[in-house]
Amino acid sequence: MERDVELYIGRLLRYGVMLSCGITLLGGIVYMFQSHDDDITRRYAASDIPNQAFGVEHYLRELSTIVPRLLAFDGAAIIQLGVIVLIATPIIRVVFSAIAFIIEKDYMYVAITLVVLCIIMANMLLGLH
Amino acid sequence: MDVALFSVILFGGAIFAGFLGALTGLGGGVVVIPLLTLGFGVDMRYAIGAALVTSIASSSGAAAAYIKEGITNVRIGMFLEIATTTGAVIGAFVAMYLDKKYIALIFGCVLIFSAIRSVRKNNDNCDYSLPGDKLGEKLKLNGSYPTKEGIVKYNVHNVAGGYSLMTLAGVLSGLLGIGSGALKVLAMDTAMKIPFKVSTTTSNFMVGVTAAASAVIYLQRGYIDPGLAFPIVVGVLLGAFIGSKILPKANVRNLRLLFSVVIFFLALSMMYNGLTGKL
Repeated sequence: MERDVELYIGRLLRYGVMLSCGITLLGGIVYMFQSHDDDITRRYAASDIPNQAFGVEHYLRELSTIVPRLLAFDGAAIIQLGVIVLIATPIIRVVFSAIAFIIEKDYMYVAITLVVLCIIMANMLLGLH
Repeated sequence: MDVALFSVILFGGAIFAGFLGALTGLGGGVVVIPLLTLGFGVDMRYAIGAALVTSIASSSGAAAAYIKEGITNVRIGMFLEIATTTGAVIGAFVAMYLDKKYIALIFGCVLIFSAIRSVRKNNDNCDYSLPGDKLGEKLKLNGSYPTKEGIVKYNVHNVAGGYSLMTLAGVLSGLLGIGSGALKVLAMDTAMKIPFKVSTTTSNFMVGVTAAASAVIYLQRGYIDPGLAFPIVVGVLLGAFIGSKILPKANVRNLRLLFSVVIFFLALSMMYNGLTGKL
């Protein structure tokens, strides 16, 4: 039973990475057609902009603002969705480990796994500005 | 340079980085940051965002293969992840307030450390069956793994020391966007006396979760740029895949030595450019 869960987790990781890779690649191709910047290196060049004012357009920073732009077939937003799938993959893996520990009736490790999840979740909520 | 050309060149560089990362075991992040900053003049902060995404991709891709072999110790990984995720959150927050000059300096030191660790000989004649410490027993961290000579049992030592080193690994991961696999392996292999094979695979399992914890913050702060993310993620994954196919046939020892020398000079160059404000 334990082995089954582990194999399942292995498959989940691979599918997650493949899905993310596919979405990112699709987004990348769309993005290349949509972007008409003639000197892209200037946009990324090292600068003295303070950390608070630095970064990509604001709509590309959160799932809630990325999703509406997907319908408009915005390449950059599609790439960010792929990145979010990638970030979610190991987090979902932790959720599956918790389930595996429940099946094994190892409640100490159910608790430890939930602590890890809570840290990541708290981070997600507190990180919001 | 227009977007298409830039993406294609970056894609090529990323394949190379993923390939080298897989062959030497240093991971993608360590290679991506110098590639972007020194090679393309990209701002350190965007480079860290891209490296973080790379770390997650290469970790998840490789972990799928490792779990099958039954070497990863999920309990050790999960317990120590409390330390690494806490550290990662701290690191990601510190990064928001720290001048990038210092980040470049710290990155240089970590690079040198990783380079030295990757050429070091593994101490394999250690007796793993010596009684471990009480905390390890209480947390059920002791385990076993298959080798050519049969199942080898091992006991875990110095759990507190390993935990502290893992917190540091987490901080560096959140601060620099790398997986800090070298430090994770040091914590498990040297401090906790866990067999090298178990240490490396369990470390890889942990890298993805640690990086995901800080990636959330970097995404919200806008350090993850889509134009850099797509050629880097796809390229590094492709390169790592090719690398893992060649790995069993290659003479890795000499390659590691050569690569470590290159990494060493990259590290010095990162430190110099960081201090003179060019990154």
